[in-house]
Amino acid sequence: MTHVLDPGALSDDTRVLTAPTPPYDDVTRSDSAFRTFLHGLPGVDQVGAESRVAVLGTRSIKTTSKAWAIDTAISMVDLTTLEGADTPGKVRSLAAKARRPDPSDPACPHVAAVCVYGDLAGVAREALGDSGIHVAAVATAFPSGRASRAVKIADVEDAVANGADEIDMVIDRGAFLTGRYLDVYEEIVAVKEACGDAHLKVILETGELVTLDNVRRASWIAMLAGGDFIKTSTGKVNPAATLPVSLVMLEAVRDFRAATGRQVGFKPAGGIRTTKDAIKHLVLINETVGPDWLDPAWFRFGASSLLNDLLQQRQKLRTGHYSGPDYVSVD
Amino acid sequence: MSDRLAVRKTYKLYVNGAFPRSESGRTYEVADAKGHFLANAAWASRKDARDAVVAARGAFAKWSGMTAYNRGQVLYRVAEMMEGRHAEFCEEVAAGEGLSGSKARAAVDAAVDRWVWYAGWTDKLAAVLGGANPVAGPYFDFSMPEPTGVVAVLAPQRSSLLGLVSVLAPVLAAGNTAVVVTSKERPLPAVTLAEVLATSDVPGGVVNVLTGDAEELGTWLAEHADVDGIDLTGAPAGRAMEFEREAAGTVKRVLRPPATEPEWTDDPGLARMTPFIETKTVWHPIGV
Repeated sequence: MTHVLDPGALSDDTRVLTAPTPPYDDVTRSDSAFRTFLHGLPGVDQVGAESRVAVLGTRSIKTTSKAWAIDTAISMVDLTTLEGADTPGKVRSLAAKARRPDPSDPACPHVAAVCVYGDLAGVAREALGDSGIHVAAVATAFPSGRASRAVKIADVEDAVANGADEIDMVIDRGAFLTGRYLDVYEEIVAVKEACGDAHLKVILETGELVTLDNVRRASWIAMLAGGDFIKTSTGKVNPAATLPVSLVMLEAVRDFRAATGRQVGFKPAGGIRTTKDAIKHLVLINETVGPDWLDPAWFRFGASSLLNDLLQQRQKLRTGHYSGPDYVSVD
Repeated sequence: MSDRLAVRKTYKLYVNGAFPRSESGRTYEVADAKGHFLANAAWASRKDARDAVVAARGAFAKWSGMTAYNRGQVLYRVAEMMEGRHAEFCEEVAAGEGLSGSKARAAVDAAVDRWVWYAGWTDKLAAVLGGANPVAGPYFDFSMPEPTGVVAVLAPQRSSLLGLVSVLAPVLAAGNTAVVVTSKERPLPAVTLAEVLATSDVPGGVVNVLTGDAEELGTWLAEHADVDGIDLTGAPAGRAMEFEREAAGTVKRVLRPPATEPEWTDDPGLARMTPFIETKTVWHPIGV
């Protein structure tokens, strides 16, 4: 038990554990050791988390700061379409929007990635060309994750072969909630291996994890297993990315870097529809993990309707009068 | 004689079917015609106007999608509920406009009658303003009136109920949703009308009532790209032309204000409905 994290070390990111890197090799040696480790993580003060985000949510961001925040948020958007009715045509039009979100203003930045189902990753790849925009594909029997491991791995390999350079996987919530943490861990390790060079984002589906303590545990499992990003939700379950959940995951990301030196990205997804929500998240990042994460390489918004609201707010700042839904594309 | 403390009311806005305070937290005192305190009213800000437009846009699909007959029924129900609040309206109109009891009663009667009159128009507009057009070709050709969209209404400053009903009801009868900026000095009948609307069958967001200053809010509504039309009846003297110029930036329908506030008891005709109606014409081949 020498590597159970000292709770005191978690709240102070200037202190680095003296354990060798990687320090957590042996916590995954058995189911019981892993459970002991995860349940030894400090508990989350839910009331404290809610009041903390409530305070941060009242920050007023105006004028040039707001303009910067909007452009930054646009460059962090994973423009998403995950419908059964998706077609190659829809993905192509989404890709066009990803390249030029506001065709009337060349200064408007492009988004970070386009997120689609694996079978459409090839269409997205072709449409995005050399624009520098990533193609993210959801895999592992998204959104439920209810399939055998072989099927999930095949799903990932298929998406990578189709041209996806980012994979969004879902964890096995059934295994997590019944306490089979090592199964969850091993599955993520296997998927990470199947990804090859592609970045792996691990979706925790926090709306199904019930408590914030579980969110912290799942975050650690995903990071220990080698996930490059941890992501809140699929967008198919309510509640999705609430601010307290984001706070807990950001703290986990911060603590993980302090303990191991490896930086993991964070992606809230689902339920972020307005510029105000997006700016609240940017404030939360800056205040929780610091500006290192204020970069599309380390932070993304999983969203579809958010981009239109960001563009309308951007037009408002540019022209001085309110814009409307008639001035952005219909998705 | 008891020394009961007066209940001094502070009214709120009516946006999206709810009664929020102004986002700015501002209120102002409303006085009667003699300058005595009546109540506090919310003083709407630019962000309240923005929220109201979002609500009106959200409600437009449902309101304009109802059958004209159904819309007429819903509006008639509003008139019934206004009649139920007759005494309260009379008191507010008498205090705000400094009218005698009988004149205030006449104004409220006229306002209820006006609402009923417009409610009757909803399913007759298509017959009067639309029709089948004779064309030189093998086509059926129909024109039909359709609502313009979200209409901002600067309500008259002087006539606080009859004037308000005379500008609001035609916008609704045509199928539009409305953001109303009330008379600044005399907002109380509008607040009571909002309470009537909230308990009627009119869906939330179809009418949004902002008490406050038409001069301050007019600019934001005139410039707003998601507002499709603006009625400048209550615009402050000298500002109407400016608002019209700002509205031209997004090609809004503009109803210009009369030189002086008209006698609202006159027969209104269709002149207040037609500016906020678009005519859709459909060509359809004759035959199989």
